[in-house]
Amino acid sequence: MNSILSIARKEFADGLRNRWLLAISLLFAVLAVGIAWLGAAAAGQVGFTSIPATIASLASLATFLMPLIALLLAYDSIVGEDEGGTLLLLLTYPLTRVQMLVGKFLGHGAILALATLLGFGSAAVAIAMLVPDVELNLLLWAFSRFISSSILLGLVFIALAYALSSVVREKSSAAGLALGLWFGFVLVFDLVLLAGLVLSQGRINPDVLPWLLLLNPTDVFRLLNVSGFEASAAISGVMQLGQDLPQSSALLWLALFGWGLLSLGLAFFFFKRREV
Amino acid sequence: MNAVELSAVNQHYGPAQVLHDVSLSLGEGEVLGLFGHNGAGKTTTIKLILGLLQASAGSVRVLGHDPHSAEVRRALGYLPENVSFYAQLSGRETLQHFARLKRAPLRQCDDLLEQVGLSDAANRRVKTYSKGMRQRLGLAQALLGEPRLLLLDEPTVGLDPIATQSLYQLIDQLRQHGTSIILCSHVLPGVERHIDRAAILAHGRLQALGDIPSLRERAGLPIRIRLHDEQARGLQHWQAQGFNTRAINGGHWFEVSTAHASKLGVLRQLLAENAVSDVELHQPSLEDLYCHFMQQAAAGGAQ
Repeated sequence: MNSILSIARKEFADGLRNRWLLAISLLFAVLAVGIAWLGAAAAGQVGFTSIPATIASLASLATFLMPLIALLLAYDSIVGEDEGGTLLLLLTYPLTRVQMLVGKFLGHGAILALATLLGFGSAAVAIAMLVPDVELNLLLWAFSRFISSSILLGLVFIALAYALSSVVREKSSAAGLALGLWFGFVLVFDLVLLAGLVLSQGRINPDVLPWLLLLNPTDVFRLLNVSGFEASAAISGVMQLGQDLPQSSALLWLALFGWGLLSLGLAFFFFKRREV
Repeated sequence: MNAVELSAVNQHYGPAQVLHDVSLSLGEGEVLGLFGHNGAGKTTTIKLILGLLQASAGSVRVLGHDPHSAEVRRALGYLPENVSFYAQLSGRETLQHFARLKRAPLRQCDDLLEQVGLSDAANRRVKTYSKGMRQRLGLAQALLGEPRLLLLDEPTVGLDPIATQSLYQLIDQLRQHGTSIILCSHVLPGVERHIDRAAILAHGRLQALGDIPSLRERAGLPIRIRLHDEQARGLQHWQAQGFNTRAINGGHWFEVSTAHASKLGVLRQLLAENAVSDVELHQPSLEDLYCHFMQQAAAGGAQ
């Protein structure tokens, strides 16, 4: 346990030292406040519109940003230590590979979680204080759900970053692979799904399609955050498929947790197999 | 109990066999030099002892245990060949991080930094360290928790002569305190006085193992006696007396080669000559022995 905490402590201290925590928190806060006030500019309005619209815009933003930041934070975790010679050294210490990975996960996870909480949380505080007669309960509920699912999405991608970092031999390949992974989940997956929908001309059983969204953690995350509101005008594109999903948000949470476990499992699997 | 016990170890990487039937033991408080060309199997041997590899055949015991056990790892210090550490941390922070992981008392860190001469640089980032300083930080790291077994892979690379000397003194001190040490090195001159035994690996086979005198005996290399002849009587004079002689540096200096057994006889004969005003005795060095056994291995491999 001590070894795990020592590794976690180092990763957390690194995150503070190289200003990751500060940079991510500020970025999230600025973007979130910006979106809350200017999100409806396209519709000719300036100023805060509604909680569902704000959350939907924030969710679109977080879908792009959380995976990217998580991958950036962790892509060189294993291969970087290997290149510096410290991986070989650490493996001769009284420390198992599982302990090492769990420690890193705790450290990186804490940085990401804290930054998300500070960044998006400050936007929630700003809305609560500056918008007159906003529904505080709804605001609290929507932001809690948004922040915790954002953190969970980030953790999924941190674990995926460990998995790819365990596979490659060079830091540059890890960076390339991380970018590919991000591109695949955030952009390509939806496009392929839409293309499949159009080209199949209805031959695919329409009941199956919404379930396909569960294969992508970023889609699960978006579905989670647009569901549960009365009005859903801000939902567009592939997300409309999600409306046909019969299950409640419990299923979506379960899917996101499942993705977390799967990614961690992959990370352990590849790290255990890595030769030094 | 031996600190390290390798018996009949074979190691394969895929189809390639990198160690052939290697048996090796290291007693408590013994210093073993492990020498060999690149790819001879030194690193593989070290990794087997560290428990980073599982032997394909044969057994490896370290401090009486399986090398994977946590007890072994706490009692073991390792200096890898190339370690650059975490560039953003200072020397002290780096050492403290490793001390926590090894559950060694944190107060050891400053003593160790002092011991390897890094006290003044302790608060500087490792990024600014020279190769030699990183090497010394690595050494301090290996000494955390007062290990009973120390594995040093190329410890003198990047060290200046003074630092090299103090490393060797440290090794002598540790040996006196009962630490067992394996020293892997390419730098042969100077190391022989600090090791108890040498193991020479070539192409995955143990070519020679023993203390220096016994290796000399096995190799049967000639002892070279250099003499200064004031009268510069030329090569013929010495060859006429039955000496295997060659001239060095023109007129005055000659080199006589002789077997170990006839060394004293030859010396007496030489010293009996009044014109011999100076004599230097050259025993086969570790380098000579290394080259000899390497050539033997190459000849064996060619057959």
